[in-house]
Formats: sequence, structure tokens, C-alpha cells
Amino acid sequence: MKETETAGVAQSRRQRTSAVELKGTVFTLPVLKLHSTDLAAIEHELKVHLARGLNFFQHAPLVIDLAAVEEQAVELDFAAMGEMLRRLQLFTVGVRDAGPHLAEKAVAAGLAVLKGGVTTKKVAEKSVEELPVATEVSPRRTRIVRHPVRSGQQIYAKGGDLIVLSSVNVGAEVIADGNIHVYGTLRGRAFAGVTEDTGARIFAQSMEPELAAIAGNYQVFDEPVSPSLRGKPAQIYLEGEQLVVAPL
Amino acid sequence: MSKVIVVTSGKGGVGKTTTSASFAAGLAGRGHRTVVIDFDIGLRNLDLVMGCERRVVYDFVNVINEEASLKQALIRDKVDNNLYILPASQTRDKDALTQDKVGKVIGELRENFDYIVCDSPAGIEKGALMAMFFADEALVVTNPEISSVRDSDRILGMLAAKSLRAIEGEEPIKEHLVVTRYSPERVNMGEMLSLDDIRELLGIDLIGVIPESEDVLQASNSGVPVIRNERSKSGQAYQDMVARFLGEEVPMRFLEVEKKGFLSRIFGA
Repeated sequence: MKETETAGVAQSRRQRTSAVELKGTVFTLPVLKLHSTDLAAIEHELKVHLARGLNFFQHAPLVIDLAAVEEQAVELDFAAMGEMLRRLQLFTVGVRDAGPHLAEKAVAAGLAVLKGGVTTKKVAEKSVEELPVATEVSPRRTRIVRHPVRSGQQIYAKGGDLIVLSSVNVGAEVIADGNIHVYGTLRGRAFAGVTEDTGARIFAQSMEPELAAIAGNYQVFDEPVSPSLRGKPAQIYLEGEQLVVAPL
Repeated sequence: MSKVIVVTSGKGGVGKTTTSASFAAGLAGRGHRTVVIDFDIGLRNLDLVMGCERRVVYDFVNVINEEASLKQALIRDKVDNNLYILPASQTRDKDALTQDKVGKVIGELRENFDYIVCDSPAGIEKGALMAMFFADEALVVTNPEISSVRDSDRILGMLAAKSLRAIEGEEPIKEHLVVTRYSPERVNMGEMLSLDDIRELLGIDLIGVIPESEDVLQASNSGVPVIRNERSKSGQAYQDMVARFLGEEVPMRFLEVEKKGFLSRIFGA
């Protein structure tokens, strides 16, 4: 929801002596255009939209556009509609494009009557863009390897973490989009967070890698890890662009 | 049920051919019909170690190309009727081997022998892959030093992935570790990896530890597998290894530095 303040509103920020101030202000409001007066059907459809993540509209003040249902709207129970919308946490400020009869009914139900309003295509497009697309959020897969990863072997856990229930030998490579956990000795090369996940970490019961990398930032271990860490459970994480080896 | 056992290592010069010869001779000596095949086409050695280099008429490649029958190519050991050798070609190279043709020969051998020992060449190229492809079990020969251990690790990875059993999803090749040229003195001095180190790095069961010995060189010079030298420690260690392979419980020997007795100190070893 965009708010375009006029100069007047800006002025109103400064303290005034009077209790209120009325200023003209331009707001962009979402419009819910009705194509039916069947409240049950409307409720159902709105629920579907909200479930899909159409929370662009949630908590925003809605304007109900009755242009398409002007004839049927005569029988529309505005109070019931208001209640239904409130149940869905949608707040209605008013109606638009209502003929004189509908306007009367709306007012009686406590709704404002808005005139005009320009449905800017731009806004409409933007709102479509902002709608979170209902994607198939694939669950992060964890790949589990139960055998030692031998020299020359390469294991890549795509889309998730890698767990090795044994050791990773010298000359072996373990790679993951996520974290790498070695329940054994890590002696080979480990590449975590390869799809730019700087928060990925490498864990091992004994950390003796040849090379470790997180999101492309790598370090060779030509000096073995410090004696305090050698042979003990440790983790490697990224701090800025530096790899840090820390005890677990 | 016949068994195909590959003797492999990755690293060269660690004792594959020595082990293949003694292992095959040991199995045959226990009454099992055994054949040992030299897969090192072009660099044949098994015939020398087995003492039959002057009796090679036809070889493995001749059989594969159907230029000779298995019967014509197989050489029977002078000492033991149960033991046969299929030598490699010296003039050809590894390109002569194809999976189908090798498979056919192995199949034919399975009908006539209890144990088929495949002496693999060094490396991870075609010759080595071919030697391991049809194996049911593997003896992975390793020296107690790190480049040998790393190469053995590589070979273990290939045994688990590139064999027929792996490809067809059958029970994987049973892997046994054979540590050769073991010297307890050098292990104690920290020059050589200990058995625990090797076991930790490779993670497979130990079936034999063969001590470093001058007898091995003598054996290959004389063309008699060292297992037939009853006084040799290496020979005895190979005997123990064969026994373990056949299911016997045999404690490991020759792992400690020998304490020389007073008299032997005076009179020499």
C-alpha cells in the first residue's frame, strides 16, 4: 500500500494547537471486485487465495467494487459480507461504483462510499509481482552416506546437507549445497554452501582436511589444525571472507 | 561354487605378484583346484615368480582371441597337480582385453577350478579394472607407508563401484587387507605406519601381515613361491593367511620385534 503524502500532511506533523486536522491525502488501496453476490462462494475463493499467500491484501483496507454485480447487489447483505471479510482478517473501508441504492445500503452498514479511483495498470502489475508465487518449496534433502568416502571419490549433496557416517579419506571430495557433517575423520576436501550459502558449515568428529571451502571461500590446510583442535570434534564456518575453525 | 579372487593394490611394487603366487600355491597345497591368471599384459611377471617362464607356449591373449584353447594355454605347476598358471602375453598390450571376452574365459575357468586368482597389474587403468571386474573377493595388498595406503584406498573405492557385482547390485566384493613388507622395527621407530594406522585409514579387515624378508627376493629368483619355503617367516605368514582365508582362526605372527636370545646374540641370527 503506497502512501503519497501531500505537502499538507507533511505540515501536519508539526505540532498544532487544535485537536484535529483534516487534510487531503492520496492513498492507493486494493480493490476487491465482486463478480457474484454469493457470500459462501466469495468466502471460499478468498480462503483459497489467502492460503496461496495472497497476503498482499491482508490487513489492508479493502474497497469493494460492485460494478459487476450492481443488479444482484440489491439483495446483498452488507453486514454479513462485512462480517465474513472480518473473519478472514480483511478490513473493508468502503464500496465504490455503487449506484444510489447500493450506496444507501452500504452507508447503513457502516461502509464508506468512494467515488472514482483510478485503477492504475502499474499498481495492478506491481501487485501481481508482489504476490508470492505459490512455488513448490522442495524440502531440503539431506544425503546420507554410510560408507567411507575413498580417495578419488566425489560426493555431491544437491539441494541440502551431506552426512557421512564414516570418514572422508585423503584425496576424496565431499560437496554440499548446505552443511557437511562427517561422523568420522575428515581428511579430504570439503566444499559446503556451494550455491552461495555463506551460512553453511562443516562439522567433523576429527577435523584434518586437506582443503575446506564455504560458498567458494577456501583455505588449504598445509599446516594441520592447531594441536588443541587435532583429533577433536570441530566445525568450520565463514566469518566475513575468512574461514574459522572452532571446537564443538 | 568357484570363487574369483583379485589380488590388487593400486600402487606398484608392493607385492601383488608375490602374494598371488603364494596364495594360489597355498590354496592348491590344501587340495583345491586353483588357477592363477596374470593380467599384466605386456609386463608379465607371474610366470617368473612361479618358475614356468620357459614353458609358456600360449597365453591369456591367445585364449581371448581364440587362437588357442584354455587347455593349450594353461601351464601346470611342476610341484602341485592342483595348481595351474595362465600367463600374460608379453608381446601384446592391454587393448586386447575386453569385458565380454575376459568374462567368457573366467566363465570357462569357473567350471574347472575351485579358486581363480587374478594377479592385477598396478594402476587403475584397463588392466587393473579388468582384473577386478569379475571378482567375488579381493586381497588388497598394501605396504605400511602412506602412498601405498592412499592408492589402496583408491582401489577400494573402485572395487566398490566398478565391479560387475557393484554394477548389478549384487553383494559387494569381500575385501581383505594384506599388509606386506612389514617391519616391526621401523614401525617402532615411527618410520612405517602401524597396523592400527592402516586399519583406521582403510577400514577393512586384515587377513595377513607378511614381514619384510630377503627370502622373497630369493624366491622370485629361484621361481618358487615363498610360501613353499617352510623356514621363511614370510612363507609362514602366507601359510597363516591362506588358513585364515579358508576360515581358520589363526593369530597374527611376526608383529613384534624379535627379542634375540642370549645364545643367538653371541652366535648371530
